[in-house]
Amino acid sequence: MKKSVLLSLFAFASSALVAAPTSFDFKDPKGVNTIQFKLDAPLEQIAGTTNGITGKIAFDPAAPESTSGTLTVDVASLTVPNKMMSEHIQGERWLDAAKHGQITFELAGLSDVQKSGNNYTAKARGKLTIKGTAKDVTVPVKLSYLPGAFGQRINKPELKGDLLVVRGDFTVLRSDYGINSGQMEDKVSNEIALSLAIVGGAPQS
Amino acid sequence: MAGPSPSRVFSFRRALRWLALVVLVAAVGFWGARGAHRGWSQNRVPVQEVDEITGIDYVRYEDRFVPGVDFLGGGVAASLILFGLSFVFRPVSSTRKT
Repeated sequence: MKKSVLLSLFAFASSALVAAPTSFDFKDPKGVNTIQFKLDAPLEQIAGTTNGITGKIAFDPAAPESTSGTLTVDVASLTVPNKMMSEHIQGERWLDAAKHGQITFELAGLSDVQKSGNNYTAKARGKLTIKGTAKDVTVPVKLSYLPGAFGQRINKPELKGDLLVVRGDFTVLRSDYGINSGQMEDKVSNEIALSLAIVGGAPQS
Repeated sequence: MAGPSPSRVFSFRRALRWLALVVLVAAVGFWGARGAHRGWSQNRVPVQEVDEITGIDYVRYEDRFVPGVDFLGGGVAASLILFGLSFVFRPVSSTRKT
């Protein structure tokens, strides 16, 4: 009896030690994943969104520092309320969607992680590539791990799985990524404010 | 060769001025009725929504036209052009000094 209990404990401990991080898929079936961007301009702020977000992030609630993965944004999904302005943003002088169809963020890991229940604040280190220019960045993020909420969110409670919500607010400079660099800065700010709110799902089979 | 009669010219000028007024009232009225948006015209309107389980704020777009100051400016400019045109047409004097 004692031996079997010990064996069970050993097996449990071993599995916990080698537990792999869970892979969360950020291609959201509800189409909610959004990055909002804002640029200051004289008449009104240019504010738009992009929802063409895909990618996977491996996250282990027991070892959040090792969180890694890649997120990709389809440049053609960038939208502002004025259609002509959307075409300009995707045009050659700005993001050149025809040549550089994707914006990618390769997440290398998290640092300065603070945990509060299933919520984490941290700094995400990674490589941000916009219009073919890659730069190492560190941005503040908030993560919320929602165990067992996968099915509930898509109205299929019978489906088991977890969710990982990632939020972040940070800025990038147009000049750093050659986005109509040095041009029209009196009309459109060099600084682009980005607000990220995305959710990834990890269904369990 | 005799031009149009003065009365026809005057009625044409009057018509242009009325048209200018109609264009102005229509542009300002449409702009005001659609929310008097002080930014650029919008072809789609962002609507903020919240995803229930995750609490994520996201934007959904409604396809409708909201005229902005560019629309208002265009309307006012068209009205001014029509009004200005009304001064171009003058009755041709029937008696010529020699």
